[in-house]
Amino acid sequence: MPSKSSDTRPGASWGLKLAAFGTLLFLHFPMWIIFLYTFTPDETTYTFPLPGFTTKWFGVALQRADLWRSLTLSLQVATVATIAALILGTFAAAAVYRSNFFGRESISFLLLLPIALPGIVTGIALRTAIGGLDIPFSFWTIVIGHATFCVVVVYNNVLARFRRTNATMIEASMDLGANSFQTFRYVVLPNIATALLAGGMLAFALSFDEVIVTTFTAGQQTTLPIWIFSQLSRPRDRPVTNVVATIVILITFLPIFIAQKISAGSSETEGETK
Amino acid sequence: MMNNPSTPAIQFDKVSRYFGEVKAVDHVDLEIIDGEFFSMLGPSGSGKTTCLRMIAGFDRPTSGKIHLYGQDVSSLPPYERDVNTVFQDYALFPHMNVEANIAYGLMVKNVARQERTKHVDEMLELVRLSGFAGRKPSQLSGGQRQRVALARALINHPKVLLLDEPLGALDLKLRQQMQIELKAIQKRVGITFIFVTHDQEEAITMSDRIAVFNQGKIEQIGSPSDIYERPASSFVAGFVGTSNLVGGEIAKRTTGSEQTFSIRPEKIHIGSVSDNPASGMISLDGVIRDVVYLGLFTRYLIEIEDGVDLVVVEQNLKSTSMDVLSAKGQKVKLSWHQDHISRVGG
Repeated sequence: MPSKSSDTRPGASWGLKLAAFGTLLFLHFPMWIIFLYTFTPDETTYTFPLPGFTTKWFGVALQRADLWRSLTLSLQVATVATIAALILGTFAAAAVYRSNFFGRESISFLLLLPIALPGIVTGIALRTAIGGLDIPFSFWTIVIGHATFCVVVVYNNVLARFRRTNATMIEASMDLGANSFQTFRYVVLPNIATALLAGGMLAFALSFDEVIVTTFTAGQQTTLPIWIFSQLSRPRDRPVTNVVATIVILITFLPIFIAQKISAGSSETEGETK
Repeated sequence: MMNNPSTPAIQFDKVSRYFGEVKAVDHVDLEIIDGEFFSMLGPSGSGKTTCLRMIAGFDRPTSGKIHLYGQDVSSLPPYERDVNTVFQDYALFPHMNVEANIAYGLMVKNVARQERTKHVDEMLELVRLSGFAGRKPSQLSGGQRQRVALARALINHPKVLLLDEPLGALDLKLRQQMQIELKAIQKRVGITFIFVTHDQEEAITMSDRIAVFNQGKIEQIGSPSDIYERPASSFVAGFVGTSNLVGGEIAKRTTGSEQTFSIRPEKIHIGSVSDNPASGMISLDGVIRDVVYLGLFTRYLIEIEDGVDLVVVEQNLKSTSMDVLSAKGQKVKLSWHQDHISRVGG
């Protein structure tokens, strides 16, 4: 029986509740499958119910050097790409916000383009450029590839924050004797700090799970998503892949949760995260 | 003279500021005396705020020079000028508490923390906000934010303090109270205040001198009574208080010259038609067209010729609303002393 809630709004109908739970279930079902089969003793097939329960695959995963190499590479790439995105994105947002130069709208559009373009197009473009310029594939080619879309995320967040920040504050700071650096350090930075954190976390997450662009810019190197992708051709390793996926889910859960809290706390309206 | 007339606090030397085709400030010459409370008065878009921003350093003149106590500051950045500003929207730093806001100017100059605290306490006392040091700007009322902005600007002991319509956001009662307080603070600290406003009453109440701006130029500079009693142009006469402008044939008949003159509504006396004008008085016959009873005084609209009306204000010393309202349609004789008119040209 539908009970009257203490809220003044009438409770949702059973149909709506069912639809909502159905959608959530649909979204999360694949993740639970992965989680579940992390503990299966049967390495080749997905049988339900599980034929037994084991945690041995965690031990196996721990032994795999290739896995750890790719995980380390992914973390390093994501970190460097995020730092580059934070710096470049903030500068770009500041320029577009503060000055009214010729071609400002075009710059704004060009910055947003990489995230709208299919990854495959960005990938081919980068591959052609890298090949054409005779640049050897390296850690840095991956970072450059990732930075193209990570910059956008930071740029959007910071620009949204700038637009809500009172511009006379910057004038007030200069008026009180602070030079440009001090003004940035004491007034601008504290005001955009949460936008940087939210944008940075999103950029990190985007970089960490990127496959398509990476395929074109990595050469022989293997990032974690590419490693997982290559595992598909090795059915016997399936539980190990599941272990990795589970760990990644657990690790990403935390920063996303924190980013959400921060965004909600500052009643943020950055288009990207919504 | 108690001031040294050779070094004005601020000197404008043919200063212009153009925004494309728009002449926001057009060849302005101006001297602001050390220690005075100087107001820049004018409608929006008249160039007063642009002048203030050029003194602060947020804007640079297109041509001309600005001197601060003799030093050419025209091209110095804001942080190298010994001038501080109280902004219209206060521009307090929302992430800092009151104490940090006020101490900001000292902090960026690397003044020791102990010293800072001492000066902040002094400032808080000056603006009567002792005990508010730990609050965030969002926890303050409009009037309190105003005081914090003032304290923050004064802690550096600037040579000149700029105030950009700082009372605009306050309600009438608070505004009047702050007017008195600002004036008192100015007296106490002895710093030159430059106050930008579009409110003529505010300018008259507080200023030692007023510059009236119109379309990028200064129409008149003078003491409040100069500006009010002797407006130099029809614009000043109309913008500062209300004024009757009389020109053409009537001006010639009454004063012997066609030049337009201005006469304030309260200087005109309403008499009966049979009155004989005393010597030195100018008189005109008219018909009362409209009467507005305003309690303290009554405003009459009197037609002196087809289509020419004069506004006359009389205090209700003896009359009641019944008396004044029944005056509508009456023929009267208006008179005023010839010394009370100002030639405004045209």
